[in-house]
Amino acid sequence: MNKIIKYVILDILKNRIVIGYALLLLCMSLSVFNMETDTSKGLLSLLNVILIIVPLVSIIFSTIYIYNASEFIELLVSQPLKRKNIWLSLVAGLGLSLSLAFIGGCVLPILIYNGNGTGIMIASMGIILTVIFVAIAALSAVYTRDKAKGIGVSILLWLFFTLLYDGLVMFLLFQFMDYPVEKGLVAVSMLNPVDLSRIMILLKLDISALMGVTSAVFKSFFGQSWGMILSISVMLLWVIVPLSLSVKKFKIKNL
Amino acid sequence: MKYLILITCCLLAFHSLSAKVTTIKGENGISLQQVINDAAAGDSIILEGGRFQIASTITISKPLFLIGKNSPVIDGGNKYEIMVISSDFVIIQGLHFLNSGKSGYEDIAALRILNSGNILIRDNYFENCFFGIYGQHAHNTTIANNRFKANGFDEISSANGIHCWKSDHMLILNNRISGHRDGIYFEFVTESTIRGNISTNNVRYGLHFMFSHNNWYLGNSFTDNGAGVAVMYSKGVHMHNNLFARNWGNAAYGILMKDISDSRVENNIFSQNTASIYMEGSNRITIRHNQFKNNGWAVKIQASCTDNIINENNFSGNTFDIATNGSLQLNNFTGNYWDKYEGYDLDRDGKGDIPFRPVSIFSMIVERNPATLMLFRSFMVGLMDKAEKVFPGITPEALKDDTPFIRPLAFNPPAL
Repeated sequence: MNKIIKYVILDILKNRIVIGYALLLLCMSLSVFNMETDTSKGLLSLLNVILIIVPLVSIIFSTIYIYNASEFIELLVSQPLKRKNIWLSLVAGLGLSLSLAFIGGCVLPILIYNGNGTGIMIASMGIILTVIFVAIAALSAVYTRDKAKGIGVSILLWLFFTLLYDGLVMFLLFQFMDYPVEKGLVAVSMLNPVDLSRIMILLKLDISALMGVTSAVFKSFFGQSWGMILSISVMLLWVIVPLSLSVKKFKIKNL
Repeated sequence: MKYLILITCCLLAFHSLSAKVTTIKGENGISLQQVINDAAAGDSIILEGGRFQIASTITISKPLFLIGKNSPVIDGGNKYEIMVISSDFVIIQGLHFLNSGKSGYEDIAALRILNSGNILIRDNYFENCFFGIYGQHAHNTTIANNRFKANGFDEISSANGIHCWKSDHMLILNNRISGHRDGIYFEFVTESTIRGNISTNNVRYGLHFMFSHNNWYLGNSFTDNGAGVAVMYSKGVHMHNNLFARNWGNAAYGILMKDISDSRVENNIFSQNTASIYMEGSNRITIRHNQFKNNGWAVKIQASCTDNIINENNFSGNTFDIATNGSLQLNNFTGNYWDKYEGYDLDRDGKGDIPFRPVSIFSMIVERNPATLMLFRSFMVGLMDKAEKVFPGITPEALKDDTPFIRPLAFNPPAL
């Protein structure tokens, strides 16, 4: 299993797109930190990068990579190896290499320029989001046989999590605006990893506008240690659930 | 200041004629009330340190100097109102008022001024008192350089530091108030000046007044109070060179203005407040030369406000610059500096050539439904804001700054 992970990582790190992705992140974070005099403002600008670009690149790249590796996967399946191990090591290799690119491009500048609690929170959320979207990509790639369709599904999923879900939440909030929905909002935010990480970062940034009743509920929930543990475990669930579903499908998939 | 000189002259006149100086030290068995009763009008009583445990409220009903040296303690034993002044021409100086009584149905004060004036209260320390100084029909009185420290933790078990009711021509100078319910509270107080006070960490408001017309608030600092500053139902309010900072929380405001009219708010600094100015039913207020820095909302102006002039202010680092709740807009926002302005200045006159709209669609949405703050800084909200900037639909068309400044305006920093 380790051998396959090593091979996948080496293969991906040599890939021009991943190198370009790391360089893009590096350029963005360096320019953001050098242009803004206030480093916490720089972190806010990076927030958009992490919430939009990181999921996009992770999900699209992983989907395409899995489709392109179909011959390699067939070769591995013909060997005396467990299918579960093959699939998990492939996904692990993807997650690790994309995280490495993110660490090189974003985490290091953040730690250099603003290595406080907020910076660490943004960095760790970026890594978790990378892994989550790799797992979602694995799920969409294993369920659709056609490459174009699979990539389409991935793009749709990205669009759903970054844009459509928020629109839906806003629609529901206006439908139920006469009811006390604050507590329900915590549950709703758990259903979208992008929203969850955004809220956790914003609460760390101590945005004063986020101080209404809603954020009081959020703050009392996420501010406590058990709320923090719960939200981290929900993030991990967002990795585990798609991954185990995809493993289940891959085991019985007719390649 | 002129009251102070006037009072001092009057008292000096008394003094040189016939006044006597009595010096006592706070020990067991000494009754301060007895000493006061024995003194003649215009006498001086010097308290040389020590501790005076009172058995009932001390009343001063004749002109008197009561001067403490080495901060003599007057202890109310958590039972009594400590001192009541019901005479003109009294000076209270250098005393340490400790542990006044507390009550849920009576206004117990450490020092009450009852229907009198020309009083000077200075350099005292009010520790763990319910009301600190309570001016009831007081006039021409100076309250200067006092310190107020209480340990209030909720609005019921605490009371106000300086509380004035139906008073006029008060001069409240350089006091420091913390841990009370409201730092300074006025009701029906007119023609007064409040200068150089520091009101911080109070349970509710740093400054709170109602029906108090024609007062001046200069160079005060209202920071870290539970709900900031609330001013209501008054006209002719002048607020200059004050600092409103870190009033943070669910319903906290730098200043909450409700039904204020014909007033001026100038040269103040508003920093890190949840909403630095909240205006409701307020008319003809001039807000100029203020700095709004790092607030949640810089100005929340309800549609019930008319004819207000908001110009030559600096808005920087605020989450929302202006928020409003209606589409009708009868206020003037021209000529401010906005850090979110993205226009250009072709003729180089320092003013942008295209108008700036300080109200974002998201702030309108949040105003209507606060729960949507959950979507703050999400991708979708960013797209909506950009689209609305290009084609204003929901945000009030008239709420715009036609001549926004390109660079921040330079003001003299408030002298505190």
